Amino acid sequence: MLLQVKNLHVSINGKEILKGVNLEVNKGEVHAIMGPNGTGKSTLAAVIAGKNGYEITQGEILYNGKNLLDMPPEVRAQEGIFLGFQYPVEIPGVSMTNFMRTALNEIRKYHGQEPMSAKDFLARMTEKKDLVELTSKLTNRSVNEGFSGGEKKKNEIFQMAMLDPQLSILDETDSGLDIDALRIVAHGVNKLKTKENATVVITHYQRLLDYIVPDFVHVLFEGKVVLSGGKELALELEEKGYDWIKKETENHSK
Amino acid sequence: MKIEKNAIPALKNIPHWFDIVSDKNGNSFTGLRAYRQSAFEDFNRLGFPNKKMEKWRHTDLSASLSFDYSLATQDFNMQDVLSDVFECDVHDLESFVVNLYKGRFVFKENNLFTLPKGVIVGSISAAFDQYPELIEKHFGKYGKTDKNAFHALNSALFLDGLFVYVPKNVIVEKPLQLINAVGASDDVFVQNRNLIVLEEGSQLTLIHCDDSYNYKRSFTNSLTEVFIGDNASLDHYRLQNINNNSTLISSLVVEQERNAQLSTNSIILNGGLIRNETYTKLNGEGANASILGVYLADKNQHIDNQVFVDHAVPNCTSNEQFKGILDDYARAVFNGHILVRKDAQKTLAYQNNANIILTDKAVINTKPFLEIYADDVKCSHGATVGQLDENALFYIRQRGISEDNARMLLMYAFAADVTQEIKIDSLRDRIEDMVKKRLRGELSICDQCVLQCSSPEKYNFEIDMSKI
Repeated sequence: MLLQVKNLHVSINGKEILKGVNLEVNKGEVHAIMGPNGTGKSTLAAVIAGKNGYEITQGEILYNGKNLLDMPPEVRAQEGIFLGFQYPVEIPGVSMTNFMRTALNEIRKYHGQEPMSAKDFLARMTEKKDLVELTSKLTNRSVNEGFSGGEKKKNEIFQMAMLDPQLSILDETDSGLDIDALRIVAHGVNKLKTKENATVVITHYQRLLDYIVPDFVHVLFEGKVVLSGGKELALELEEKGYDWIKKETENHSK
Repeated sequence: MKIEKNAIPALKNIPHWFDIVSDKNGNSFTGLRAYRQSAFEDFNRLGFPNKKMEKWRHTDLSASLSFDYSLATQDFNMQDVLSDVFECDVHDLESFVVNLYKGRFVFKENNLFTLPKGVIVGSISAAFDQYPELIEKHFGKYGKTDKNAFHALNSALFLDGLFVYVPKNVIVEKPLQLINAVGASDDVFVQNRNLIVLEEGSQLTLIHCDDSYNYKRSFTNSLTEVFIGDNASLDHYRLQNINNNSTLISSLVVEQERNAQLSTNSIILNGGLIRNETYTKLNGEGANASILGVYLADKNQHIDNQVFVDHAVPNCTSNEQFKGILDDYARAVFNGHILVRKDAQKTLAYQNNANIILTDKAVINTKPFLEIYADDVKCSHGATVGQLDENALFYIRQRGISEDNARMLLMYAFAADVTQEIKIDSLRDRIEDMVKKRLRGELSICDQCVLQCSSPEKYNFEIDMSKI
């Protein structure tokens, strides 16, 4: 099993956000995590990626059988976890090329590989840029600096393509995208899918799932996964709305 | 309040030095003896600055002045100095190099050159003899000996320095590089004096390097007077990489005429105590001054930047931007003062100082200050002190880059705002490499002046983890 989240409880400043999340992801699978705003979707993504500021009060996360919570964020990334940010950060003064080259070579080093030659690196840049229709004008700039919302999201998928992760978590990658950008982003994600990797798509809307078809859909509500099912669950949610989930969970608790 | 003279060892020898120096030169330029005398009196009246003075509140010189320095008045064998100190070849950047050693001009055969088109470059003390009329017109006209103790001290005690004269409409293509090296003997006290005159429509690039030759203690007080005539342009750099035992007071005093362009960029890489003072008077309409700086300090280093821009006439612009990164117990001071005089309407003046503090022991005292007497101006100022952006750090680390390297990338990027303004490509590359090295703690004083000794290979970020 690639990722195993077991009974995960997470608090921020003493307030419990995740209240016992369970999730299992295998290689070759695409999962969607849906749910209304403020139910802890982004918190789950951030905790898996290793962001500071979250208190894990119970539970564990295993990645390829290893305890993920002991690893600093860069080691998680080197182990193959990629987080597509909901709000990609602008880093003036750091060129995309330098950023990607440093990242790629640190990951290679972690796996005992030699740094990639400049020639191979540039060839890879060109190939992956085309995948998400990113122009050279953007990759020659500083990381995300002055990028539009859509360009930032494309740039996340570009980085995902460059780093070739085993597990990609895409946090609200669809938010703020017009239909063309959405199609390009989804196309990129689909192209990158193999039997050896897995993708977790976090989204509020069903819209993205028209383009990235999930094997499993999970509904996160008030800090718990309250429903899991196949791709048809997304359609049902779209049809009935999140109020339906609310009623369902209330009924269950009765 | 005056400090008891006996309390400052460095003061003890000054009258004696003054006697030696005032006999040494100035035979042809008759005004020099009187000028020195008056400056000496000014210094006696002013004394060394102390922390009770507003402009020195945060910079304490008492440790720097607690040593019994010696002024290098003895002549030395030029050939030895040339082969021992300035042995390196210049590469990358084709520049015309002149060397000062302990404040004295170092030369092989000739100490004052006339280059094609009448450009004069060389020893200021030789220029006193050979070009008294040029000296008369500009020397001592811009420095403020009556108010500034270090200007007074320099004027009383300087032995030599650089003189540059660029005639009307002459564009000097090659950058001129001045390397001031100190060291070799103990506790040397250096006063060098430079005069740069750019006649109407001329252009010059001047790179002024202060370097330590070894780890010996030194105290350098450098004063550079600059005249930029109508439509003339000076591109000026201060590169400072001195050892932690050394003190450097570096003053740049500029007078700008109509449409004169000044760009000055201070790159402060290392030093025990460094204080840069930059004064410019925008004295002709259309003049523009761009005053930039980046400082990197750690351990107990102290870096002080003082900028005073005098908007004396209408329609001038000035832009100040200083960025600093402070680690360990380092302290920095920024004091930017923009004066807009009553008639200086349509002034555009911008000033900013940004700092990153890496420890809770490092201190920055920053004081941007506008003094405006005209009513139709656009002026702004700002100062920030912060840490590295946590969100950016996480973003970088999430891509597999170690925390150390992530910090390095962010610090480098922060400094790059200033370094990318360097106009000469090879110089910019070299300085960016030096900044990277400095941030990694790998810059040594063997990296002499940027363009001289440092190894030619480029320093990239494809990181060698063993070096962190």
